[in-house]
Amino acid sequence: MRPPSEKLVKGLKVLTFLLCLGPASVLLWKGFQSILGANPIDVITRTTGRWTLIFLLVTLSVSPLRKILEMPWLIRFRRMLGLFAFFYGSLHLMTYVWLDKFFDVHEMLHDIFKRRFITAGMTAFALMLPLALTSTTGWIRRLGGKRWRALHRLIYFSAAAGVIHFIWLVKADLRRPFTYGAVLLLLLAFRAFQWGIARVRSRSQAPVVHAETR
Amino acid sequence: MLIKQSSDIPSSEITSKSGYMSRRKFITGAAATGAAVAAGFYLRSTDETHVVEANNALPGVIKSPLSTTEKPNTLQDITNYNNYYEFSTDKYEPNGLATNFRSRPWNVSLEGLVKKPKKLDIDTIMKLAPLEERIYRHRCVEGWSMVIPWVGFPLSALIKAAEPLGKAKYVAFETLFAPNQMPNQKSGLLAWPYVEGLRMDEAMHPLTILAVGLYGEALPNVDGAPVRLVVPWKYGFKGIKAIVKVSFVENMPPTTWNRMASNEYGFYSNVNPQVDHPRWSQAKERRIGEFLKRPTLMFNGYSDQVASLYSGMDLRKNY
Repeated sequence: MRPPSEKLVKGLKVLTFLLCLGPASVLLWKGFQSILGANPIDVITRTTGRWTLIFLLVTLSVSPLRKILEMPWLIRFRRMLGLFAFFYGSLHLMTYVWLDKFFDVHEMLHDIFKRRFITAGMTAFALMLPLALTSTTGWIRRLGGKRWRALHRLIYFSAAAGVIHFIWLVKADLRRPFTYGAVLLLLLAFRAFQWGIARVRSRSQAPVVHAETR
Repeated sequence: MLIKQSSDIPSSEITSKSGYMSRRKFITGAAATGAAVAAGFYLRSTDETHVVEANNALPGVIKSPLSTTEKPNTLQDITNYNNYYEFSTDKYEPNGLATNFRSRPWNVSLEGLVKKPKKLDIDTIMKLAPLEERIYRHRCVEGWSMVIPWVGFPLSALIKAAEPLGKAKYVAFETLFAPNQMPNQKSGLLAWPYVEGLRMDEAMHPLTILAVGLYGEALPNVDGAPVRLVVPWKYGFKGIKAIVKVSFVENMPPTTWNRMASNEYGFYSNVNPQVDHPRWSQAKERRIGEFLKRPTLMFNGYSDQVASLYSGMDLRKNY
């Protein structure tokens, strides 16, 4: 497939950017209309949390998609999507720190150490932080492509911590967190599969060793 | 463990210039949106109009000295934010899903250790005692609370009508099982039907009521029509809805959430700010309609009336 023109990619990026702002805009609009329901803080918490997970999974699907669809240029959307995951994650954390706990440091520390779902959530955010900070061109140059890529594999662990955070916080209905978990497993399985293929290939180039002898 | 990946992405691709520029825009946008969401919340007005329909008002409701003087939450909030897992695990959905629930005809079976088992229909039940308005604080185990103007009568009136035997030490309650009306009962989320229980002295306590109304009208389906339990010093899930069976038993009966996770939900489940739920603190609560959390009171503020029921009991163990 022919790669799209530079102009088209730029246009698509602007469109993606606006779409990504959609969930936050809807929240904002509902906030101003006072139609966030009886417990607006609960709604803001859930919405920002849900979109953090969605954006993490969308970011993680860029690599598989560009390979399956043979559209390598999709990589140019990955940083923006990853940063939106961080954006919604930051809003989610801010909602907790400000609206939910109202900056009560003592209570938050207690939460982080005592409540495993908070521990998992904080871990997910902490793992996203270095990725957002090193998302710039300068940082990729400074770290070098190889190290940068190694560092950015932290997203697997961040997404896993995010899903665990969700699983641990629900009282009984695990259907939704498990759905996110299933998608994450699928995305990670694709990578494991690719990694397996790459290993087999590199082995087939090495001197032939019969399977029975190993 | 790091998963190795073939390095087929040249860094020039990852770091396109337009991406770099959009990052700038992104940060500005992020800051603006964050601030605006917060501002939006502050501007949310809290006094919504009460939407009370005048067609099924309950006659002859008397005021009760046991009511709180706190301002009740709006009917809108009470009926659109609650847990009713038989309909949905989402707190905003039950109202719509409960619209076609049939609360008439309705019978409640009184059985177990009673002089003679019997069935009472809902109209008889509503005449067991004068209907009172009981404005109670309601504290959910999840950390939110409301003030709700129930209409009901003391559970003790029903217990007297049931004529329990001296051996009866506990009262067990059961919700209707009707998966065709309560869609979530088709799922295996909880062990249906929902069951709850009280110790006899808790059940006989004057604060414990059977609610048949809300805001002076018949109880809305979403809040447990036609008859539900309200025990204001306990977490909300003790207030079993759509009751069809009340049985009198000698031993502590099973309760749904306790069966689901016994380390999280005890039989007593008294509101207690000192005993945290394993997954969240119970020290504070968010009163629906308020921004800042308020401290949770022991026994939900009903200590004077009910603390004596538990004297000598370790409430950390008997949570």
